[in-house]
Amino acid sequence: MQTNGNELVRLENISKTFPGVKALSNVHMTVRAGEVHGLVGENGAGKSTLIKVLTGAHQADPGGVIYINGEKCEIANPAQAKARGIGAVYQDVMMAPHLSVGENFFLGKLPRRGAFVDWARVKRETKESLHQIGVDIDPAKQLSKLTVGMQEMVAIGKILREKARVIIFDEPTALLTNEEVGELFRLIRRLREDGCGIIYISHRMEEIFRICDTVTVLKDGQYIDTVEVGAVDENQLISMMVGRKLEDMYSIGHPRPGEPALEVRGLSRRGAFEDVSFTVRKGEILGFYGLMGAGRTEVMRCVTGADRFDAGEILIDGKPVRLASPKSSIAHGIAFLTEDRKRQGLCMNQHVSFNINIASYPAISRRGFINLRKERSRAHRYVEDIRIKTPSIYQRVKNLSGGNQQKVIVGRWLACESKVFLFDEPTVGVDVGAKVEIYRLFEHLLEQGAAIVVISSYLPEVMGLSDRVMVMSEGRIMADVPRAEFSRDGRMDEEKLVRLASGLKDDGYESRRSEGL
Amino acid sequence: MERNPSEKRARSLSTSLMLLIILAVMFVLLGLRTEKFLSIGNIQNLFRQTAIYGVIAIGMTFVIMSGGIDLSVGAVVGLSGVLSSMFMSDQLAFKWSIPASIIVAVAATTLIGLINGVIIFDGKVPPFIATLGLQIVVRGTIMLITNAQMVSGISRAFRDFSTLPILGFPALGWIWLGIAALSMLAIKYTTFGRNVFAIGSNTEAARLSGINIRLTTYGVYIVCSFLCSVAGVMMTARLGNGVPTGGIGYETDAIAAAVVGGASLSGAEGSIIGTVLGSLIMATLRNGGNLIGINSHLQEILIGLLIVLAVLLDKRRRK
Repeated sequence: MQTNGNELVRLENISKTFPGVKALSNVHMTVRAGEVHGLVGENGAGKSTLIKVLTGAHQADPGGVIYINGEKCEIANPAQAKARGIGAVYQDVMMAPHLSVGENFFLGKLPRRGAFVDWARVKRETKESLHQIGVDIDPAKQLSKLTVGMQEMVAIGKILREKARVIIFDEPTALLTNEEVGELFRLIRRLREDGCGIIYISHRMEEIFRICDTVTVLKDGQYIDTVEVGAVDENQLISMMVGRKLEDMYSIGHPRPGEPALEVRGLSRRGAFEDVSFTVRKGEILGFYGLMGAGRTEVMRCVTGADRFDAGEILIDGKPVRLASPKSSIAHGIAFLTEDRKRQGLCMNQHVSFNINIASYPAISRRGFINLRKERSRAHRYVEDIRIKTPSIYQRVKNLSGGNQQKVIVGRWLACESKVFLFDEPTVGVDVGAKVEIYRLFEHLLEQGAAIVVISSYLPEVMGLSDRVMVMSEGRIMADVPRAEFSRDGRMDEEKLVRLASGLKDDGYESRRSEGL
Repeated sequence: MERNPSEKRARSLSTSLMLLIILAVMFVLLGLRTEKFLSIGNIQNLFRQTAIYGVIAIGMTFVIMSGGIDLSVGAVVGLSGVLSSMFMSDQLAFKWSIPASIIVAVAATTLIGLINGVIIFDGKVPPFIATLGLQIVVRGTIMLITNAQMVSGISRAFRDFSTLPILGFPALGWIWLGIAALSMLAIKYTTFGRNVFAIGSNTEAARLSGINIRLTTYGVYIVCSFLCSVAGVMMTARLGNGVPTGGIGYETDAIAAAVVGGASLSGAEGSIIGTVLGSLIMATLRNGGNLIGINSHLQEILIGLLIVLAVLLDKRRRK
């Protein structure tokens, strides 16, 4: 086959069969110098497998061919991939957190002078490499003391020092703040200008559109298409990923809002947020938009009794309540669905029934003895009610998909007869199909008269779902925007919301509010 | 990704089943090798030996399931042993009745569990360190109050209890099996049992689900100390004296029995029945090894290898 001069990598007919599963079949992909190439698809589409073939972690089935710089070659192990200039940055930066930046740079091959490590050289070369990507960090600093964003920069610097020409980013922004994302993107653009080829994997559509030039879509291990990013819109791309036409996934039924379910007045927690007030009514979705670190999660943690607050008042169904612990907020019908399901939400190695019942055991026990029949029947009921896909109520939740894990937590709170659901970034890390399911679940909850608060940093999601949006910045509420204003033809558009979230007041809007409208 | 429907149940059953088979094989082999092994006298002896370790191992299992560890168990056993024997002997100003001595000794030593719980939960000290510290403190206390002397002169009736068979089975063995049965019920039927698994699996998720982490943490260490106090009284009955060095090193055996029985030191795994079988397997190795004349140092090597092997097999099976 003719190869083009600026092709860095060409994958042809790549298939990969695992016992019982065909993870990839006849996939191809070409990455050129000076290109950011997106790789998208739902979970299980084969993105990771393809990357593992390219980085030498897996071997492709016979028949697949890999060209690097136009030259046909085999990549039998990760060392060979490295030698051919392929490097990868993973979301949970794989380095040694307790060692210094410099040691991480030279991990496993510290330079020596005589019997001792040549620290001067470690320092000098680390600093030089980091300077090249515009980062100024003391090489002696312990890696874990850096922000995740900086750790990622170190990982990139390390890969570049190893002369990588093709750099793979696998969900690189999952743990970054918005500012850090901006910095990362600036760096990626610079690498592109320097003639590197970038493979960029992400679930976040807005990032694909922001940074990528070309995008390859995989679905169920099959190659779907490669398109110029400028030639498609988000809905088209998502349709390609899920294989069916999606109208508007955010369009869910909104009943007419009823009485206020939760009112928060003048809530403050020193160092986290100040004077936060909001109301969410039954049958209503209240969006909380802001940059990471704006204090949205902290507010919700206080509302659920997980943290203490210094001032303010919380009312449920119009009555002031004292929420001293998660236990008391649960008793008042508040459900908190944390962003980090694995660390704060689920008992991963326990089964579905346990995770559904965990918050309501007191309700189904007498004198500390659990009614096992009720425990079982409740588990079955919620598995059916919200259609949790699991082979049994005794399946361990770690074996479920992200969307189903999220549903298990929703089931837990339904079992507690919760009335107010606080969702913190409910769709982070779940694929498009599962997102749609979660939004359907919102619809279901609203129909039952629940009130929902959705914290999200993803603007289309907030705008698409919410009846009203609260915008927070640096611990303060910047605006309370009703749907009429941000839905089509409203006075609030995306740009204005982003400006507010960045702490820039929109004068016209502010004055209008103070007139009491 | 999707597996056999009742995977979780099948797995915990199979861990116990596997242990049961291993135990049965050991019994058959040892029985073939020496007639003495399966004699009524030896079986009674085996259960008497296992009972004390077995009770401690159950306490340890609660702690391990909650994601913690208790290195103070051996010292607690020793303290309860010398306290109960001091109370019922004529060493102190007045001699207490047997029940009073036992109750006061058990109550006093159970407090050590509360202290462990407070240091671990409120002081946020890692359980390994907190209970290691307590182990040394309690050991020192024992030496201080006994002057490192054996406590003798405890009543005959109490000593006889240890050899007393009930329905042909040693009383100490009954106590152990009774505690095991109650513990199984507690794990299966009570909210406390669920809470132990919840904090062992994910403390933050448990807290946000309204579970009282403080009480549950106190609870597991108190249960463990309580069972160790009971074991200490059992040991005193068996030895016939209050022995200041009694219980030294028992924590190792207790952890080993729990781990052989399927408990994982990362929490939220394990079962009481597994620990009971694990204790029996370890005791059978020692008892049978002595009977057929395996060098006792070699026995220790075998037991050590058994522990590592059991965990390796379990890890492999779970993949």
